[in-house]
Amino acid sequence: MSETQTDVIDIRFYGRGGQGVVTASRLIGEAGLLQGKYVHAFPAFGPERIGAPVQAFTRISNKRFYEKCEVVYPDIVCVLDPTLYGILGQAIVSGLDEEKGVLISNYKESPEELRKELKLNPNIKVGVVDATSIAIDVIGRAITNTVILGALIKAAEVVDLENIIKVTKKRFPGEIGEKNAEAIRRAYNEVVIS
Amino acid sequence: MGEIVGMTGDESIAYAVKLCDPDVIAAYPITPQTIMVERLADFVYDGELDSEFIPVESEHSAMSCCYGSSIAGARVFTASASQGIALMFEILFIVSNARLPVVMGVANRALSAPINIHAGLEDQLVCRDTGWISIFCHDCQSAYDTTIMAFKIAEDKEVSLPLMYGIDAFIISHALEGVETLEKREVGDFLPPRDPLYVLDPDDPISVGSLALQDSYYELKYAQEQVMINSMKTIKKVQEEFGELTGRYYNVINTYYAEDAEVILVTQGAITGTARTVVDRYRSQGKKLGLAQVHVYRPFPEKELRDALKGAKVAATIDRSITFGAPGPILYSDVKVTTSNGGPIIQGFIAGLGGRDVRIEDIAKVADRAFETAKTGEEPTKISWIGVRGVEF
Repeated sequence: MSETQTDVIDIRFYGRGGQGVVTASRLIGEAGLLQGKYVHAFPAFGPERIGAPVQAFTRISNKRFYEKCEVVYPDIVCVLDPTLYGILGQAIVSGLDEEKGVLISNYKESPEELRKELKLNPNIKVGVVDATSIAIDVIGRAITNTVILGALIKAAEVVDLENIIKVTKKRFPGEIGEKNAEAIRRAYNEVVIS
Repeated sequence: MGEIVGMTGDESIAYAVKLCDPDVIAAYPITPQTIMVERLADFVYDGELDSEFIPVESEHSAMSCCYGSSIAGARVFTASASQGIALMFEILFIVSNARLPVVMGVANRALSAPINIHAGLEDQLVCRDTGWISIFCHDCQSAYDTTIMAFKIAEDKEVSLPLMYGIDAFIISHALEGVETLEKREVGDFLPPRDPLYVLDPDDPISVGSLALQDSYYELKYAQEQVMINSMKTIKKVQEEFGELTGRYYNVINTYYAEDAEVILVTQGAITGTARTVVDRYRSQGKKLGLAQVHVYRPFPEKELRDALKGAKVAATIDRSITFGAPGPILYSDVKVTTSNGGPIIQGFIAGLGGRDVRIEDIAKVADRAFETAKTGEEPTKISWIGVRGVEF
């Protein structure tokens, strides 16, 4: 959370090029706009390469805010690809609010396991969901960007579930949108929060 | 109030251009401007925009097409960034001297080498001598609004000059924000069809781009400079009219808490927003920090900047650009010259080259330095680079 705008929620996303990290950051922002919120969502990537680690940021607030910098002190960290822990390690949670911080992750094991792996402060809320399996199951491809949003908003009510579904269907019209919506609902229901 | 639509900076420019109905769009895609060109190509292909879209093979050709089309009386738009602008540099001077109101959107990107696709304002700042009006935006809304104002300013018969306006790479070009949109009808009422100073007409032939040697080049350049200086009047008038239409008022220098400030941050582009956040924080602690954003950069708003800075002890300039071996970076130098007669101490800072993140705490450090200078009253002798690894700030 920025030091001056205490009502701004700062989200940092991690994933790999091709997994839709940037789209995830945008969808949260677009859902926020539907609720009359102010948003700024932008990516930080190098030359576009499939598989390279990618970060994206979303700031969201009920009040107008002005900062245009990367999210260094996130309220929420959202990880689309658990293999990134092996590369980036604890850098993923750097600056995460020690009191009210939330970590949402695509992760097969329990929240406790992830908490131990990252040596997290016990105050940090951890939400895990096997987003890859849900994505393969429902969408037919291991694209976890929309799925993870279901888990994110269950753990931290940044925007309403129905608005996420609405903007996702708009972004992916037709059958693919319906499947994404179903996957989001499944993640919303299946996320394990500790 | 218009509908709020989520758009990136690139998209906001493309959608606003669509409302302005250009006759010709000639552009070559380059990261991070690409989405402007892609969207406009889509609009034309889908029949939503009745423009001649010329997919050129280089930026040099893009600007050359703009030149020719504009001489024929067309409303013309192009967009570029970084190396693209470097490649069209030769033609920029030719367009301005011919008094052609070509409008160019820029996604401000660092220049190679080393190759880098991220934010830097130098691609547009180095065009300061080309005779183009030059404006730097600070968010998606200002990018949208400036697009619409740009055509009206450039095409005003008193002006009839090309205009470029920029948005920081990725931080704005690829950033989603809510943008309050305008209706086609509103823009149609605001922006009249182009009424050119002259056109190429086979029935009434003229010569454009003639030779001008020792006998006339000098007078032509003097005349061109008078047009550029006078364009400030039109820029302000159009900003006022746009404010009346939308409720969104822009100034050539946008200030925030500058009136009673002891220290004023002088910024351009996206850094402005982060600086504003720092001003809020310092004000809540009772520290007299203010902000002056150089929104219109050419013509340089000398009087307005002097007015904005007149009560301050120190003005701290933050340049997202580098000019090698100069007395100072580009914004710093212009501010310094403008305020040389009895103005505040000007303290120069460089930040964020190649898209390096410029954080709230970075700008707070700048402010702290400037407050120290205000206390001692001693003018700093060198430019400080914020956050260069291995170099003491």
